[in-house]
Amino acid sequence: MLIKMYNPSKEIELKGPKPVFAILAKLDLSREAHLVISGDELLPDDAVVPDDGEIEIRSVISGGRR
Amino acid sequence: MKCRRCQIPAVIKLPRHNTAFCRDCFEDYLHNQVLKAISANKMFKKDEAILVAVSGGKDSLALWHILNKLGYQTVGLYLNLGIGSYSELSQERTETFAKGRGLELIVQNYRKTYGLGIVEIAKESARPPCSACGTMKRHHFNRIAMEKGFSVVATGHNLDDEASRLFGNLLNWQRPYLEKQSPTLSDNGGKWARKVKPLYRLPEREMAAYAILNRIDYILEECPKSKGAKMFVYKEALNKLEIASPGRKLAFYLGFLKEKAQLFPSRIEENPNTCGECGQPCQDETCGYCRLVARVKTKVMS
Repeated sequence: MLIKMYNPSKEIELKGPKPVFAILAKLDLSREAHLVISGDELLPDDAVVPDDGEIEIRSVISGGRR
Repeated sequence: MKCRRCQIPAVIKLPRHNTAFCRDCFEDYLHNQVLKAISANKMFKKDEAILVAVSGGKDSLALWHILNKLGYQTVGLYLNLGIGSYSELSQERTETFAKGRGLELIVQNYRKTYGLGIVEIAKESARPPCSACGTMKRHHFNRIAMEKGFSVVATGHNLDDEASRLFGNLLNWQRPYLEKQSPTLSDNGGKWARKVKPLYRLPEREMAAYAILNRIDYILEECPKSKGAKMFVYKEALNKLEIASPGRKLAFYLGFLKEKAQLFPSRIEENPNTCGECGQPCQDETCGYCRLVARVKTKVMS
């Protein structure tokens, strides 16, 4: 699957299928601080992203950065 | 995962409530949290016009969207801080949002007003950018509200903003800041516009989810001057605690609000004087904003 992230912009390839919670864990991203989007839709924790899927992982923390 | 209320597929899980919601039930839940905040803190009445301070970010645009949807009379206020493409993009997002919903927006541009952006203003006044920015924003929120006849200014501060601020103030034992921290700030006997934070019960994960579900096109970039901000570190720490113990952030902040009256029983009037320059309430003879602007003028002219 193709994963897009912003600030800074980057693209990551991961093997699927994988549920959202496992993708966040694999990338060491906090589920409190990130949401997963496919197209215009929000994906819940247990949604499974197929191997040929494309998603965006969006950070939700505002007011600062590392 | 199913919605707890209507049993259709859920779009979001909320561990802090041990539940999950579909799109409609999540929106209903979130609106109720905002109404609860407004009512519990007597923030404003249904017939009161509200000036909503908007930055182009998810929280302030979502707040404006929510208040409008709940039937409140609102006007947006956007301050263009003059931080290059970041300010241009955030203004564009805010204007597009307002235009698409037929909402009135007031824009104040620092470069047009002062001939300088906030970064240069901070540099010339020898203040850290975030500190100068806060002083300037407070002044303009109040000045514009009072000039345009608004008794209340609403900002998009969410639970993470408030809990991390509390965390930082406790770590540094900032008693004066702890005394002041509240979802509703006094109108100083009618001299200020009342400042309110209707999103204080909602974490930013839920606010971002709301913005995405409502197709709110907000700016994803962070202020370039916020790199390395302590608040970010505090938010990360609180998120770790939240995952280990869901609901911890809200309990931390609500617990503080509950104990505050006993912790600080003899609170003195915040701003007993009136600034001799601009007429706004202040601690001394001249307010922080007028001192800052005077320092900048002296430096620029010398």
